[in-house]
Amino acid sequence: MAGSNPNAKPMDLTLKIWRQKDKNSAGQLVTYPLNGISPDMSFLEMLDVLNEELLVKGEEPVAFDHDCREGICGMCSLFINGRAHGPERGTTTCQLHMRHFNHGDTITIEPWRAAAFPVHKDLIVDRSAFDRIQQAGGYVSVNTGGVPDANEIAIPKTIADKAFDAATCIGCGACVAACKNASAMLFVSAKVSQLAMLPQGKVERKTRVENMVAQMDVEGFGACSNIGACAAECPVGISLDNIAMMNREYLGAKASSENV
Amino acid sequence: MILDSKIPEGSLAEKWDKHKFNVKLVNPANKRKYDIIVVGTGLAGASAAATLGELGYNVKAFCFQDSPRRAHSIAAQGGINAAKNYQNDGDSIFRLFYDTIKGGDYRAREANVYRLAQVSVDIIDQCVAQGVPFAREYGGLLANRSFGGAQVSRTFYARGQTGQQLLLGAYSALNRQIAYGKVKMFPRTEMLDLVMVDGKARGIVVRNLITGKVESHSAHAVVLATGGYGNVFFLSTNAMGSNATAAWRAHKKGALFANPCFTQIHPTCIPVSGEYQSKLTLMSESLRNDGRVWVPKTVEIAQRLRKGEITVNDIKEEDRDYYLERKYPAFGNLVPRDVASRNAKLMCDEGRGVGASGLAVYLDFADAIKREGQPAIAAKYGNLFEMYAKITDENPYEKPMRIYPAVHYTMGGLWVDYNLMTNIPGLYATGECNFSDHGANRLGASALMQGLADGYFVIPYTIGDYLAQTPYDKVSVDHPAFKEAEQNVKATTDRLLSIKGNRTVDDFHKALGLIMWDYCGMARNAEGLQFAKQEIRKLRDEFWQNVKVTGVNEELNQTLEKAHRVADFLELGELMVDDALHRNESCGGHFREEYQTPENEALRDDENFAYVAAWEYTNNDGNPILHKEELKFENVKLTQRSYK
Repeated sequence: MAGSNPNAKPMDLTLKIWRQKDKNSAGQLVTYPLNGISPDMSFLEMLDVLNEELLVKGEEPVAFDHDCREGICGMCSLFINGRAHGPERGTTTCQLHMRHFNHGDTITIEPWRAAAFPVHKDLIVDRSAFDRIQQAGGYVSVNTGGVPDANEIAIPKTIADKAFDAATCIGCGACVAACKNASAMLFVSAKVSQLAMLPQGKVERKTRVENMVAQMDVEGFGACSNIGACAAECPVGISLDNIAMMNREYLGAKASSENV
Repeated sequence: MILDSKIPEGSLAEKWDKHKFNVKLVNPANKRKYDIIVVGTGLAGASAAATLGELGYNVKAFCFQDSPRRAHSIAAQGGINAAKNYQNDGDSIFRLFYDTIKGGDYRAREANVYRLAQVSVDIIDQCVAQGVPFAREYGGLLANRSFGGAQVSRTFYARGQTGQQLLLGAYSALNRQIAYGKVKMFPRTEMLDLVMVDGKARGIVVRNLITGKVESHSAHAVVLATGGYGNVFFLSTNAMGSNATAAWRAHKKGALFANPCFTQIHPTCIPVSGEYQSKLTLMSESLRNDGRVWVPKTVEIAQRLRKGEITVNDIKEEDRDYYLERKYPAFGNLVPRDVASRNAKLMCDEGRGVGASGLAVYLDFADAIKREGQPAIAAKYGNLFEMYAKITDENPYEKPMRIYPAVHYTMGGLWVDYNLMTNIPGLYATGECNFSDHGANRLGASALMQGLADGYFVIPYTIGDYLAQTPYDKVSVDHPAFKEAEQNVKATTDRLLSIKGNRTVDDFHKALGLIMWDYCGMARNAEGLQFAKQEIRKLRDEFWQNVKVTGVNEELNQTLEKAHRVADFLELGELMVDDALHRNESCGGHFREEYQTPENEALRDDENFAYVAAWEYTNNDGNPILHKEELKFENVKLTQRSYK
């Protein structure tokens, strides 16, 4: 076929995959040999091939989350050989290609591990805690209609670009999985700083950061110890600066809190 | 059945304002007495659910993903159109209307499209107020770019991630209503049937994708915002989970399905690289603003290239055929999607395609990099170039991209009237799920516009008109209609699980996709379509004899989820073929080889086919009933589209 590298040789692999029936069952790593994998396949296509083989044999396929397969929806996860989204920096699992592995490799595939992300099945975890944190304040309180003309709010390009950088978080949870404390600081701070930088978000900046941080604690995420593994493993490059900014926002909010 | 489009009286420019005044209102204190179900949480669904919650209705929202933020609107790259005329380059509501009608090859309703252009300006205001970080100029105001098929710069964008930023805006508005308790969110929940009581939509039956539990939800109205059906083709730019099940099961309950054969094949996607391929990745059309499309001038050069005897950089300038610039000097590389796709296919059919398979053309940035410098090009398209490099392992700054058309969007969908209500009272369809605004071809940056127009600014008015005439009484989920629908869902599930055949769901899906691509794809003809119909029926029969679905219902079972969806694709595919076969003309994305001009352009037949084809389901016997809604054009003159 029309692969970019027609001479690339198929690879034989050994997969060690976490299998777990449901939330209440114990899980274990199960070994599967998988042969004839093209280096041009994506990692998830490699798992598709495994699952088709398992189905044909009448075994249960491996459950994993995925949807857009373009690196933007944030649905895919996977802890691959001890790294969130695998060995390539700035890459989601769906955009990771098998050319980054070698013939004969053993690849260990696990779900995100965090108390706040319980396993639903196999490699699928429950990330609804992220939604609840956003519900606690990740918005500007405007109803539909009755807003000013878009160009009445001028925003310096540098600020708009910085806010954009923070806004690109895909909510995948790699930051939590990469953190030894399973902290959600990078995720929460991305939304807090995006909105704190923009004039539209300034009105509610104090209550927002207080409520989002409070919800983050309720969900059972760990504390931040400034290691930076989250930012290093973030597939879209959310910067640690956001955490610094959120800490500042939080201190400022608490110093003059309107929440009594 | 008579299709009443309910287009309001009055001049085009007055219709929507008059209609908004004439619709009945629900008193603010009474809104809480009404329950509304919204299925799907992409741009159309999330914006509708949030806005209806703000108005005071009780909303239940459903999505099959683990969070509403994952809906596939998130993957839209290029931008969103709005007739703001911020660039002072001659744009207006009428021009956006005109471009959209023309771009759709005169197969959309004038009144709907004009309203879309009118509310487009409000969308941008709304998104900015939410904190959506659109691209800006140094003066702090919003930036625009021109986008496929438009000669004005009316496209607002957020790098190559516009859909993501708009969806996160709608998601934030939705979250606010969830926090207030006005919207109850049901993620990882899939609609498997529509429930009707006394001829009206009164609820849905869903399956909890974690536990397998089948549950009913009752409401006064149901909004389907479940996206398009491009995954009928297996390979498309849609997300893996994108499916037609909610819309198709509503169709089986009586909702008409309009123009199913109108599918959009997007010209700039990364070519297929192997049989294991699970999806195709789009490269934003904005790339055509700076990239030049070409193939080798002769078959002989193309052959040597494919064999690896020469490389792309060995091909001299005079041996390159920039065929879009040559054939369409006025629009050049910016011709609409259907024209660009068809020409790529023509080049490859002639044997001038590139890549090992010969099914690709080049999209070349060398001139743009020479003109503007690599940093300027990186600033515009950096994330797209990176994505291309990740997937293909080639550097597009040094070598031209290889692209090929892929299924991207479906213009067809559930038939709706001006109020976005289907022919089933109380059942609405919004966004890509309906058929209404794009005719036979959608222009770039118009899908996001339509999704948000429907959700933020149309349905909140029109659904109120219906509810104001609906009694407050709730229907219990113990009603026999709910119990019957639940039983049917369970029976279908049991049947899928009990076949225990030899062929996997994906295998059937791939086989269907190949039939659809070969015979109902970029070019179609009567003979091929008749053959495809027989093949689809054979495949469907085999599916119900020989499909292999493992596991049980009472668990997270992704194979079972897919089996339900593919079962529906196998029926919808046949209807697409029926529709393509009956439409004896070429228009937009529907290209019938028998109907073309000597220059291979689409040849419309306005006398006989200027209508919406709305199909009624008849018990899967292969003979759906066709209902026609005549399209009246009072404000534009029908001409042959020309981009020369």
